[in-house]
Amino acid sequence: MKASTVTPAATGKWRIDIYDLLIKFGLIVASLVCLLPFVHVASKSLSSDSYVIANKVFLWPKGFTLEAYSKIFADASILRSLYISVIVTVLFTILGMILTICAAYPLSRAQFKGRRVITFIFLFTMYFSGGIIPDYMNINNLGLMDTIWSLVLPLSFSAFNLLIMKTSLTSSIPVSLEESARIDGAGHFRILWNIVIPLSKPIIATLSLFYAVGRWNAYQDALFYIKHATDLRPLQLKLYYLVIQASESFQLEATTVTLSNPEVLKASVVVFATLPILCVYPFVQKYFVQGVMLGAVKE
Amino acid sequence: MKAASASQTNQALLLRKKYGPLYYLRRDWQLYLLVLFPLAFVIVFKYMPMTGLVIAFKDYKIARGFWGSDWVGFEIFQQIFSKPDFTRAVRNTLLLNVLDLVFSFTMPIILALMLNEVKSIKFKRVNQTLLYLPHFLSWVIIGAIAYQLLSEGSGAVNNLIELMGGTRVPFLQEDTNWLISYLAIGVWHSMGWGTIIYLAAISGINPEMYEAATVDGAGRWRKVWNITLPSIRATIVTLLIMSLGKVMDGSFERIWSLQNKATTEFTTTIPVLVYRWGIESGNFSRATAIGLFQSVIGIILVISADRLAKKLGEDGIL
Repeated sequence: MKASTVTPAATGKWRIDIYDLLIKFGLIVASLVCLLPFVHVASKSLSSDSYVIANKVFLWPKGFTLEAYSKIFADASILRSLYISVIVTVLFTILGMILTICAAYPLSRAQFKGRRVITFIFLFTMYFSGGIIPDYMNINNLGLMDTIWSLVLPLSFSAFNLLIMKTSLTSSIPVSLEESARIDGAGHFRILWNIVIPLSKPIIATLSLFYAVGRWNAYQDALFYIKHATDLRPLQLKLYYLVIQASESFQLEATTVTLSNPEVLKASVVVFATLPILCVYPFVQKYFVQGVMLGAVKE
Repeated sequence: MKAASASQTNQALLLRKKYGPLYYLRRDWQLYLLVLFPLAFVIVFKYMPMTGLVIAFKDYKIARGFWGSDWVGFEIFQQIFSKPDFTRAVRNTLLLNVLDLVFSFTMPIILALMLNEVKSIKFKRVNQTLLYLPHFLSWVIIGAIAYQLLSEGSGAVNNLIELMGGTRVPFLQEDTNWLISYLAIGVWHSMGWGTIIYLAAISGINPEMYEAATVDGAGRWRKVWNITLPSIRATIVTLLIMSLGKVMDGSFERIWSLQNKATTEFTTTIPVLVYRWGIESGNFSRATAIGLFQSVIGIILVISADRLAKKLGEDGIL
């Protein structure tokens, strides 16, 4: 707003000021379209049933109550799925980063013979895969069905992230630095551990976030692989069954309060599942933007 | 002295060329050991499933196992090609992706140009933060929010319409409306995130060009039209071609969290059909075959898109 009031004085043209306002207005509308759905759902989750049933809640809670949240925290299965999600995400991210670094470091070294072939083996998986059913049967054959490993292992290698890591290592670690370390008698393990990893902290942070957010949000594989072990459902899958398919009901601690409106409970469980992402989002956003740029370099 | 050392290194290089693979294996064994771990992973979780594709050419019976089942050649493919569900799934996959491309592709460009016109860094940053937000949410959450907003009985948008005297619209419970909502949600999800690459391209434009244009009396629109857009043309073309290579892909998660029983016309896409036939009904051969069909078309499209990009003088994707 400040800039727009300065512009006409500076240029003496009112026309520009109007366009400026129009652009800002357009952007504000677009941003609100992104924000208001959350505000609405959050308001609903904090409102009392009668107002929600009467369709009177829009962007501010009416008849403020935390009742729905107390029900969520009383539901052991929801807390359990949150716990599963956290465990799976942490294991997945650590494993994914180990795999990415182990593959990217050798492939970024010019002296490494056979790297063209190995790079092809890795990157081919980006364009062609067995597909849903062969993957499913593979998991089944490996005996991973209905275990958290079916969510941790199969997707933990990402060719796309490998590509970003490799590009970053090739450009950011000077060959001379590595050479001098070799002259001093350091092997590849030493170089990787003492030089490459400390120097690549930013890219490691970025890719870890890629892995973590990707894992946190995915539910397709959980839908396929976690069939019978209901206590191993990650949060997103739990949410799917509770809210979208609505096939599961909340385990209410006191059955006498079953009269409460499911819409309020649904809204509050959506907020519950969104909050972890919303909390870290402002801090991780810039890493993601950097990651996108790094990924685009190759293109 | 110098010449001598130079010839020495030359000699060393010549000698090194004669070494076989064993020499490199011994010299860089640590590198090979490192790469072995991810390589084993990729083989077990990406290449081993590919061998499972053979059941697309077999009459797979669980009792007789993977290799024991009979070969049937292309019979499974003939079967699925004659299914009306298959034709519908292919049509829907193409339809949803092409429409998605039409609507979701232009919005980020427009937003990036708008954001670029904003002088206040603070205003820009707040807007960007809000615009990127939908990208970080899972499709389950987006689906849940969509129902909270758009459902016919209690959706907030419908409440608002009714409050203003209109009649309720079944946004998600009627086929054509569902299609429009699906596309709108797609635009909502990706419009902010898509601006990042364009904004990066715009920030690479030499500011002197704008200064020169200002001196020559060019207005705001003229500068956008004659400097900004031509400068990001390469980015636009590359991204467009990449998206064209993906028109046979399909996000299972997005469809699956937005679909419901009332709308089956457009929700049957290839991945959905694979799930229904394979995991729900246990017809693995048929589901594998349709998945293979999609993968093969997909890879042909990616390669053609890459060729096209290179022919147009852009960097390819492969």
